[in-house]
Amino acid sequence: MELKTYTISVYSENNIGLLNRISAIFLKRHINLESFSTSESEIPDVFRFVIVVNIAPDKVHKIVQQIEKQIDVIKAYYHTDEETIFQENALYKIRSSYLFEERQIQNIIKSSHATIVTVSPEFFVIEKTGFREETEKLRQELAPYGLLQFVRSGRISVTKAKMGISEILNTFKK
Amino acid sequence: METKTKQEKLKATGSTLRISGAEAVIRCLLAEDANLIYGYPGGAIMPIYDEIYKFQDQLHHVLTRHEQGATHAAQGFARTSGKVGVALATSGPGATNLVTGIADAQIDSTPMVCITGQVASHLLGSDAFQETDIIGISTPVTKWNYQITKASEIPEIMAKAFYIARSGRPGPVLIDITKDAQFEMFDFTYNKCTGIRSYQPYPELINESLEEAVRLIGEAKKPFVVWGQGVILGQAEEEFKTFLETSGIPAAWTILGLSALPTGHPSNRGMVGMHGNYAPNLLTNECDLLIAIGMRFDDRVTGDLNTYAKQAKVIHLELDPAEVNKNVKADVTLLCDCKISLQALNDKISTKTYPEWIKRFDDLDVIEKEKVIYGDLNPTKPGLTMGESVEMINKHSNGDAVIVTDVGQHQMVACRYAKFTQSKSNVTSGGLGTMGFALPAAIGAKMGAPSREVVAIIGDGGYQMTIQELGTIFQQQVAVKIVILNNDFLGMVRQWQQLFFDKRYASTEMTNPDFVTIAKGYHIDAARVDKREDLDQAVANMMASDKPYFLEICVEKEDNVFPMIPTGASVSDIRLE
Repeated sequence: MELKTYTISVYSENNIGLLNRISAIFLKRHINLESFSTSESEIPDVFRFVIVVNIAPDKVHKIVQQIEKQIDVIKAYYHTDEETIFQENALYKIRSSYLFEERQIQNIIKSSHATIVTVSPEFFVIEKTGFREETEKLRQELAPYGLLQFVRSGRISVTKAKMGISEILNTFKK
Repeated sequence: METKTKQEKLKATGSTLRISGAEAVIRCLLAEDANLIYGYPGGAIMPIYDEIYKFQDQLHHVLTRHEQGATHAAQGFARTSGKVGVALATSGPGATNLVTGIADAQIDSTPMVCITGQVASHLLGSDAFQETDIIGISTPVTKWNYQITKASEIPEIMAKAFYIARSGRPGPVLIDITKDAQFEMFDFTYNKCTGIRSYQPYPELINESLEEAVRLIGEAKKPFVVWGQGVILGQAEEEFKTFLETSGIPAAWTILGLSALPTGHPSNRGMVGMHGNYAPNLLTNECDLLIAIGMRFDDRVTGDLNTYAKQAKVIHLELDPAEVNKNVKADVTLLCDCKISLQALNDKISTKTYPEWIKRFDDLDVIEKEKVIYGDLNPTKPGLTMGESVEMINKHSNGDAVIVTDVGQHQMVACRYAKFTQSKSNVTSGGLGTMGFALPAAIGAKMGAPSREVVAIIGDGGYQMTIQELGTIFQQQVAVKIVILNNDFLGMVRQWQQLFFDKRYASTEMTNPDFVTIAKGYHIDAARVDKREDLDQAVANMMASDKPYFLEICVEKEDNVFPMIPTGASVSDIRLE
């Protein structure tokens, strides 16, 4: 079956070991993750995992059920790209001398709408937020000038539809 | 993390106490009615064992001979008593030795709380003596686990552990407690856990689904029920029996569902799956409605999914949402505790009979009796069969014993032929297929149902994986009956080698010790039987004993278990020879 990209969103308690528990569900099924990021959510003490995975459509539902089954998971969802607003963030570290010697770099930065985060005598760092194709395009454009370091974050995403986590938590309080 | 709690009057105190973490663990166990525990001491759990010593008038600790034995004993206890089994072990190797039992409890949904000692919190991650990451190791095979590093966490975490282990779909929970947390003094109060905000034990029954199920049942001409352990775990035996008797629907069991309905009940049509009965397997692919109750369509039950019950509508009664549509797509799912779903169905269905459909079962039963069962139970060749051995146990137990089995041929034969009149009477390792399960599980099974006869039926292979638990049986004087069906082979693997690997018997023949002498070495009464004319008396002697008793039955070396559905084949391809 053809693979499709899904964003899995997991709302959970902030407990040690939960990351391991969730990643073990993918490990057991021999599924590779495209990206994984975690942060506090809009609700105090509730954490949100954003997991991107390329997987057959019939499998994603089963995986999400297994995630939601974990005791410390409040709710898990999966969405297609069309159903979410998503971004990635990338940092590019380049030798400072190039900024002045290679005029083309300035054009690349300008046209890509990247921002310069810091400039020091030895290096400068630029930042770009956007879709994977955009950060990747910038990486390829800068590569000929020698990237000292490149790093890209995992996807972060919000859904177009509402999640209703507060309702779940309020129901529990009753 | 938010939990709901219920203030419990402390059994021993009634108010706040300043005590050590170790003492708190014991008081938590007593508050949860866990006064029988299995375990093995060691460095990192010594503070808790010191408290076990002080509380020995209230708490019975059973010293097993290996930590694996402690988990299986706790499982056996849980399976016959319906309560949470508890196993204790030290850090490092003590903890890793629990893993097989935990994995077994996870896949067979057995409520169990394991408590492990851990190195002091300041040593975590330093590769200290007997340090192992048991939280990391046990994560994939536990329903929940947690590492406690402060004594003040103990009451809440222990309360959650028991709540999680026993509620919803039961399972194993592991609590790892650092040694400094065991020593630390704190103010103890205990509140029982009654809810966790991120965990719903089971969903609420949806009325529309119920109506749809009732409609499908009403329309069916050839309905068929397959039930699993969910009926037992949900304590839904009565509702289930009423459902079958009212609806008139024939029913068959998965290996873990066995004993939920008496084997002699007219609706009970036997076992489904790889070594199940002929009629229920074949008719799975003939029924027009398959009602699955508290079972999960394991591959040993379904065989090839592409040819499994494709002609039938499927109603799935299940409380774990992750099991619905996992292997078999259901037309209607009743997602709830099956005790509730069955009661709701019973209120709406009408009395029916299916004489022609039932006759299909009867006719196929005749074929299986002629081709398989008669030869198993009434053999004419000189060697004893496993089937006649089990039948002899039935005769002397009046079909009322708890039967504990290990894994392999003897297990399939025992499940096929053992007679049951009460629920919670079949204790076996189903999902994980853990050889070595039966002997320690029988200890727990007997202690969980002390008034009942407990017979462990074990193969010569699996027996030797946990044979050291004879020491526990002797020390505790647990009056279990141990029957070894000895064919000097790893029989099931040999059967597969014969059928699928051109009789290349690689490493399956066993040169066995004198089992009777070994049992006698543990001061356990023991006998051996190898002749048909002696079998009746030998089993009679065993059952007449009120002490632990060992009986070795030497059976035919190269018998096979039939019927059989080869791995990956369709249930329709069931072979009788």
